[in-house]
Amino acid sequence: MFVSSAHAASTTETIVAQTDTHGAAETVAPGTTPDAHATETHTETGAHEKTVFPPFDSTHFASQILWLALTFAAFYLFLSRVVLPRIGGIIETRRDRIATDLDHAARMKQESDDALAAYEQELADAKKQAGSIAQKAQDEAKAKSDAEQAKISAALEKKLNEAEASIAAIKEKAMKEVGTIAEDTATEIVKKIVGGTVDKASISAAVKAVRG
Amino acid sequence: MSNDPIHQFHINQWIPIHVGGVDLSFTNSSAFMVATVGVASAFLYLTSSNRGLIPTRLQSISEMAYEFVASTLRDSAGSAGMKFFPFVFSLFMFVLVANMLGMFPYFFTVTSQIIVTFCLAILVIGTVLAYGFAKHGSKFFGVFVPSGVPKLLLLLVVPIEIISFLSRPISLSVRLFANMLAGHITLKVFAGFVASLSALGALGIGGSILPLAMTVALTGLEFLVAFLQAYVFTVLTCMYLNDAVHPGGH
Repeated sequence: MFVSSAHAASTTETIVAQTDTHGAAETVAPGTTPDAHATETHTETGAHEKTVFPPFDSTHFASQILWLALTFAAFYLFLSRVVLPRIGGIIETRRDRIATDLDHAARMKQESDDALAAYEQELADAKKQAGSIAQKAQDEAKAKSDAEQAKISAALEKKLNEAEASIAAIKEKAMKEVGTIAEDTATEIVKKIVGGTVDKASISAAVKAVRG
Repeated sequence: MSNDPIHQFHINQWIPIHVGGVDLSFTNSSAFMVATVGVASAFLYLTSSNRGLIPTRLQSISEMAYEFVASTLRDSAGSAGMKFFPFVFSLFMFVLVANMLGMFPYFFTVTSQIIVTFCLAILVIGTVLAYGFAKHGSKFFGVFVPSGVPKLLLLLVVPIEIISFLSRPISLSVRLFANMLAGHITLKVFAGFVASLSALGALGIGGSILPLAMTVALTGLEFLVAFLQAYVFTVLTCMYLNDAVHPGGH
């Protein structure tokens, strides 16, 4: 249209001019010849009938309405009976499946949480028991060692007392003997110095006076 | 091939059928309606045939389309509107696939025909009216009476509401039709520039880079528009259905 209006000035010669330019183009691309010819004849007849804009051409309205009604009705029936229930079913099934899977996962998590709690309880019990056993063992050991210690210290005390008693006895005996030794020594000294015997009674009185 | 940007909207009879003087021929438009329904049905049917718990890529496309339309409908019409889900989903898929098929070169765009989009819009409004009156009876007229408006103002507001309600099928159908039509014409015009400029020799080939880049950019934009218009059509359908489910709720 735009080419032809640029090329030819008179409207009646348009189609002729167009055919001419197409004829020139034919030598370049011969394959398009019959097609181009057919469209030319079509537009020519169309122009002869009425120059009505094709979408507003009412001669084809009845046919279009009929075929639209037939095709759209078939489409509607097919979609509403077959396709949409199927796609809706697929989506529904998936939604259900996801929901049950989520439930399952939640249940599993609950179970694992319970198991963990039970384990921790068990562990705490075991710790407590171990603590009490250790405490008991310690107490027993302490009691035993205390008893042992008491026994040993009692024995030591007894020995100490005995030793003290024997020391006291020995001391007493020694003290007693000190007097006699002193008397004997004094008698001997007197005998050596004075050269005579001294009365044993006066000597022991003198020793007694010295010792207090 | 003609550079005429309107040529792509011509309807050609493939199998002539005439019943009582009415032309009911199987045309290229009919063929692409069949193709739209066939492609959409086959895709949805085959991708969901595994019923995989873990979806394949194609299966997740079907599921995304399903959940996308379902959430759009639930957001605007509530769970009571979900009884229209097969209808809305069919509309969305039909318009989307028809728009997308139209993006192929040499393919016919079903949604670029005003009669097709108008029929779809009438179907939507017809559903709203039929369900609204069947379910709510005369209470359905509450659609035209916004709550919380002073009585005197109602004299002004109610006619406006009625006009806006009546214009819905027109705006709904013209929006889709005009977007597809204008987009395809623009695309064709720029692509035509590339062809006619490059016929002018070396300088023309150099100059045709600009419209070529434009054509590439527009193709991307048209894919966006093809999706967006299907979405807009669906969202508006959901909003209108909300009126049928909850009249006087706005």
